[in-house]
Amino acid sequence: MDGIAKADSALFTINNVWMLVSTILVFIMHLGFASLEVGLTRAKNTVNILFKNVSILAIGILTYSICGFNLMYPGNFAFGEYFGFGGWGISTPEGSAGLIDYFNGQYTYFTDFIFQAMFAATAATIVSGAVAERIKLSSFLIFSTIYVAFIYPIAGSWKWGEGWLDSKGFYDFAGSTLVHSVGGWAALIGAYILGPRIGKYGNKGIIPIMGHSMPLASIGVFLLWFGWYGFNGGSVLSADPGNISLVFVTTTLGAAAGVLGAMTLSWYLSKKPDLSMVLNGSLAGLVGITAGADVISPMNSVIVGYIAGLLVVASVLFFDRLRIDDPVGAISVHLVCGIWGTLAVGIFSAEHSLITQFIGVSSYAVFCIISSFILFLSIDKLLGLRVSEDEELTGLDLGEHDMEAYSGFQIFTVE
Amino acid sequence: MKLIIAIIQPEELPQIKEELIKRKIYKFTVTNAKGQGKEIPVQEVYRGLSHEVTLLNKVRLEIALNDDFVNDAIEAITKVAQKDGDKGRGKIFILPIEECIRIRSGERGSEAIG
Repeated sequence: MDGIAKADSALFTINNVWMLVSTILVFIMHLGFASLEVGLTRAKNTVNILFKNVSILAIGILTYSICGFNLMYPGNFAFGEYFGFGGWGISTPEGSAGLIDYFNGQYTYFTDFIFQAMFAATAATIVSGAVAERIKLSSFLIFSTIYVAFIYPIAGSWKWGEGWLDSKGFYDFAGSTLVHSVGGWAALIGAYILGPRIGKYGNKGIIPIMGHSMPLASIGVFLLWFGWYGFNGGSVLSADPGNISLVFVTTTLGAAAGVLGAMTLSWYLSKKPDLSMVLNGSLAGLVGITAGADVISPMNSVIVGYIAGLLVVASVLFFDRLRIDDPVGAISVHLVCGIWGTLAVGIFSAEHSLITQFIGVSSYAVFCIISSFILFLSIDKLLGLRVSEDEELTGLDLGEHDMEAYSGFQIFTVE
Repeated sequence: MKLIIAIIQPEELPQIKEELIKRKIYKFTVTNAKGQGKEIPVQEVYRGLSHEVTLLNKVRLEIALNDDFVNDAIEAITKVAQKDGDKGRGKIFILPIEECIRIRSGERGSEAIG
């Protein structure tokens, strides 16, 4: 084997290993989502939330293997550049040569599949937080399955599958729109159709329903931030040192600035610094920088993150005014900051146009709003979307699962 | 024989316990409780929304005693709890005990309490 071939083979291995490490990092984000959602909700719904999170991950990966991957990366489009389907299941390329040739010798077919599959489940997990503490488990699972099996990959094909938005020059590096807004729109529609949790919006105004574990919420956010290095770092799609290190820097600065942004506004508005808002702030910064992590300069990523941090606090208060009840702030973090991050690419990157970014954001809005509405409303008609009032008051742990999360622990009744 | 039920502030428990032991009162039970008294409600903030919390953390202290220890117990509790004169210092209830049985030996009455 000559020198160049040896070097190429080493590079191929390193690229492939980095993509698989990123896959593992994205995987752990699901534990982050689960912990955050549990922490910001009441103890009586913990089993239900953990159940949702583990099942969505499993369903997301399975449906992605059955049809999602080939809907998102169809190869050839069947209908304009809007829809294509590359066939059921995932197939094994022929021999080791087929594996290496798959993507310019950067990584194998299987690596590509498993990295993308880990992403797919994220979009559905985002919805889980916004509809928590009141949605029927079965109805939620049906919604997520359809959303993650069809809506997410079809929408994704428009950009990452080299569809019509990609042809237009729309840019979304790691999914501010394709993952976060797609999940966020469904979260918004779901929370709107379900209505608020009992007791949230009373005659005396808005009554906060406190989450039961700030430590769990914080662990969740740290895990999400940790996993984001794979989410963004892996989206480089190679182990290219320059790009990866830039993405690590912009991702980190975005998250840090998001914390500061949320801290500023929440401290100013509520007179006291609110931990739950600052936690949301770091995620806001991360979602915000995700669309442009490789094209926005480090110093501009601070601005993007900081604005995302301000936005998330303002947005949480805004949706409360509208009486759209989102226990964990998923709509504010993923939808609002996802939109902001996508538009920010048009503002801070000279090569991309704000108008094209806006067209992208709006197209995803239309597609996701319509499909979520149809899905949620038909499930509501056919099976019912919301648990009974009695069950909501007792908690979904006993209602949906006949199981307690903290058996043997003393849990105080709170006002 | 009397049963003292005292509702006190949680942070005063260690000192009250010390005062009780000084007066040779060694046996009591402590429970965490939530209660509402005359104190000003506390304002808490969560996700940008401030709300009033009126059920506050308290400790419920139960002491079963022979009659000649009752005043000592009251003194031990009030000495600590009266320190600052604001509202929410708690209350002491004294109830008669009909019977007391030590489970191990089957002793009854004041023997069993002591």
